[in-house]
Amino acid sequence: MTQQNKNEWPLWEVFIRSKAGLDHKHAGSLHAADAQMAIENARDVYTRRMEGVSIWVVESKNIIASDPGEADSLYEPANDKIYRHPTFYNLPDEVKYM
Amino acid sequence: MKLDYTLRLADDALIMGHRLGEWCGHGPILEQDIALTNTSLDHLGRARSLYQYAAEQFNQLPTENKIKAFSSVALQETILAGKNLDEDDLAFLRDGWDFRNHLLVEQPNNDWAYTIARSFFYDTFNYYFFSELIHSSDESLAAIAEKSLKEVTYHLRWSSEWVVRLGDGTDESHAKIQYAVDELWMYTGELFVMNETDKETLRQGIGADLNKIQPLWLDRVKAIFEEATLNIPAGKWMQQGGKEGRHSENLGYILAELQFMQRAYPGMEW
Repeated sequence: MTQQNKNEWPLWEVFIRSKAGLDHKHAGSLHAADAQMAIENARDVYTRRMEGVSIWVVESKNIIASDPGEADSLYEPANDKIYRHPTFYNLPDEVKYM
Repeated sequence: MKLDYTLRLADDALIMGHRLGEWCGHGPILEQDIALTNTSLDHLGRARSLYQYAAEQFNQLPTENKIKAFSSVALQETILAGKNLDEDDLAFLRDGWDFRNHLLVEQPNNDWAYTIARSFFYDTFNYYFFSELIHSSDESLAAIAEKSLKEVTYHLRWSSEWVVRLGDGTDESHAKIQYAVDELWMYTGELFVMNETDKETLRQGIGADLNKIQPLWLDRVKAIFEEATLNIPAGKWMQQGGKEGRHSENLGYILAELQFMQRAYPGMEW
């Protein structure tokens, strides 16, 4: 972690819900002095072309990320376990949209 | 009268939109740069609707009235050629003294605090003004007011928060916003002057009653200033003239930049 420049506003991650019923998706990040300003900046930067109906912001320092160096142990073991996908069932024709 | 009223609203929107647009590429940080240009585009969008409506009214006038309406030779030539005016003609070919915008909106950006204070005064006015204008007996103005009110509600929220942030911020930011408020205060009185156009449009049920808006405006300003630890300026003397076409020299510079292209290359499109 590099030391945050004290003259620079904190970084925030922005999540946008594009329409009612859908999940919030990560849209990007921006700088803001406080949570209120972060919402407004997100509104101006990420929803001005009608991209969204709801905004979440969270200070980037509060996001806990997995370590890329641990990718082998975290994700590789899943690669040879395709039986975890529900693709071995025969679906009746009546069931649509699966 | 309604034409004059429509043009004033349009001119306010155009000049304010232009001033905020001047920040494009110069904002203190990218996010605020975009915030101001978004707001600028709201104002310009409103200006377009209003100029279109003004042109519609203008084109129905008898020719002799049209000729007398504006001093601009470019406009008179268009009228004498029997052509209708459109939104662009009204924005780009009218002379300064035919502009009816308030003196407040033509004041320069100077610095961030100055820009915020100007926006805050104007946004507060707009909020209460359009809240009234949605009841206009004129359907077009009422419809424009309804659309604008949503935009203006956000503008007011945004500029109010910045006034508090600067006022209740550091010593330096407090001093800068208080200075801006003190300097701009004398341009706020004109917002509530009921001139002939205001009185006549009010009688017809078209315009808003500015006397009703003034106390609401003042209450909101006081409330935000209290939160921002700012003082209401003591000065009582108010500038006016914009609504009658008497402007500060600022408007000339704005129009020189805004109108240059259409004046030098008439009808140019890109």
